[in-house]
Amino acid sequence: MSFFTEFPTMERQALRDLKKGIDGSFRDFSREYGELIENIFHPLLMFLKWFQDLLVETPWPVVLVVIGALAWIGSRNWWLVAGTIAAFLFIGYLDMWEDTMSTLAIVSVATLICIAVGIPFGILMARNDRVQSAILPVLDIMQTIPSFVYLIPVVMLLGIGKVPGLIAVCVYAVPPIVRLTNLGIRLVDKDVLEAADAFGSSYRERLFNVQMPLALPNIFAGVNQTIMMALSMVVIAAMIGVPGLGVPVLRAISNQYLALGMMNGLAIVAIAIIFDRVSQSYGRRLQKHREGGHGV
Amino acid sequence: MSDSKVSIKNLFKIFGGNPKKMVAHVENGMGKQELLEKHRHVLGLNDVNIEIKERHVQVIMGLSGSGKSTLIRHVNRLIEPTEGEILVDGENVLGMADEQLRDFRRFKASMVFQKFALLPHRSVVDNVMYGLNIQKVAKDQARDRAQRWIDAVGLSGFESHYPAQLSGGMQQRVGLARALATDAEILLMDEAFSALDPLIRTDMQNVLLELQDELHKTIIFITHDLDEALRIGDSIVILRDGAVVQQGTPQEIILKPVDDYVSDFIQEINRARVLLVDSVSTSTPKELSCQVESSAKIEEALQILNNAKATEAAVSMNGAITGSVTLEAMIEAVAKPEPSKKEKAYR
Repeated sequence: MSFFTEFPTMERQALRDLKKGIDGSFRDFSREYGELIENIFHPLLMFLKWFQDLLVETPWPVVLVVIGALAWIGSRNWWLVAGTIAAFLFIGYLDMWEDTMSTLAIVSVATLICIAVGIPFGILMARNDRVQSAILPVLDIMQTIPSFVYLIPVVMLLGIGKVPGLIAVCVYAVPPIVRLTNLGIRLVDKDVLEAADAFGSSYRERLFNVQMPLALPNIFAGVNQTIMMALSMVVIAAMIGVPGLGVPVLRAISNQYLALGMMNGLAIVAIAIIFDRVSQSYGRRLQKHREGGHGV
Repeated sequence: MSDSKVSIKNLFKIFGGNPKKMVAHVENGMGKQELLEKHRHVLGLNDVNIEIKERHVQVIMGLSGSGKSTLIRHVNRLIEPTEGEILVDGENVLGMADEQLRDFRRFKASMVFQKFALLPHRSVVDNVMYGLNIQKVAKDQARDRAQRWIDAVGLSGFESHYPAQLSGGMQQRVGLARALATDAEILLMDEAFSALDPLIRTDMQNVLLELQDELHKTIIFITHDLDEALRIGDSIVILRDGAVVQQGTPQEIILKPVDDYVSDFIQEINRARVLLVDSVSTSTPKELSCQVESSAKIEEALQILNNAKATEAAVSMNGAITGSVTLEAMIEAVAKPEPSKKEKAYR
């Protein structure tokens, strides 16, 4: 009878040995290669540190002007620029300037890495159905697996610090750009592709003259999503030693500081909204050619 | 043979899981329907043989599903054949390696599409330059050449417009300019004017005919519109279920349709506009006050006779009188023939 009431499990000893074996071999692996991997990521760490110092140490009015200029270049909308500057002034007034700059640094670097890694993978997926069916489940895992689970091996390998934090952010934030690059390329009008072929385009010419430009609105939506997801990882990144707005949030959780948590949380929201609106209006301007009633 | 620019030989195309194996069935006379029912393969092209003369306009026509778009895509190998040969200047297109094929498409054959297929993110001039960019022509030279073709198709002033800002007819002018700009000797036109409304279509046919008068390209033109075929074709091939039903000059097709399918096809057309005086003239020269050219359309001749209130006219060729033609004979030639008995049975 016990067969039906108790799920037939693996023998206790064997299960313990299995887990121990996995832990042991990964520990050996990280002892053996940890330093090597750390060295590989060293340039990334230097770049992140440099960028963060640049944002923190540059006098705040200069940073503010640069941010305002970027908002203008992106959106061509004075209201958005004014809103951006007001938000940053308010953040600074509430003494969150330094943490905000750190967060901006890690989110920017994470987004750059995601673009550099994600777009080529998206292109590969669009080129080959088999690659697509191999990568899709990996992306699903990356988006659904609880962050803490992949933090364990990352921390075991690289310890606590900025690089493991950056990796954690990228793992979570890269899937949308891969997916949308793939989708965007696959959605390009077959007739236009046929025309490109008929004029003798090589794969490369077809990709850069036709597929990428026409996929750009979708790729851009992917970049936008990636930025949003990177921002939402700020608190988790703070748990493994990434400075920024996530750190005071963590402190607020453990000490029940309502105001501190709210303020820093809202600062993250403000940055997210600014990034989103600016990048979206930039994306819309990329599609200027679609204006006019005849639709192609 | 020697004046053929493109020759299509024993071309088969069968869509399905194992097309090679099906060729034998088709060669033994299995039809499209039977092949689909028994073997789940679709017959695209069935033993097509066409000789296309240099500097001629070759029209390929048929109803939808007759395989005409499939056929034109074999000429530049956008579709791989199941079996057969396509020789362009004696070279087999189907045997070309990738790089060779790309050069063939870049320099030898350009194409105009039914749905225009312009690059929506590029301006008119950049679209026309596309083929030249792929040919690696230097930028300012490419721009000059593109400008020449934009002028030639009557789009001067629209260089910096995007395709979405243009009407259908103008978009297809861009498509035509893009194809002409590469200076390819062969122009493939896949239902190029079918998506345009009738007035614009006639307009574009005129543009094409005028340009062809100067350029003398070898044009392969796909259409389902017989009036268009008769108007621009030097010779016509009629396709049905992937097989050639009849090929010949417009005159031959109208005067000697090989079967009911073709005769039904030519039922509704304006015969006076296609048939030439030559086809109804007698060979006994007569001195008459009213004269018509033997190469004139019957429509024109009828008008001349009507204006002169004559019932008979002398037929002249190169200034010399070669025969005569009666009003009666012309009316008989243009009168609608009896519809075939098995009307529409094949549709």
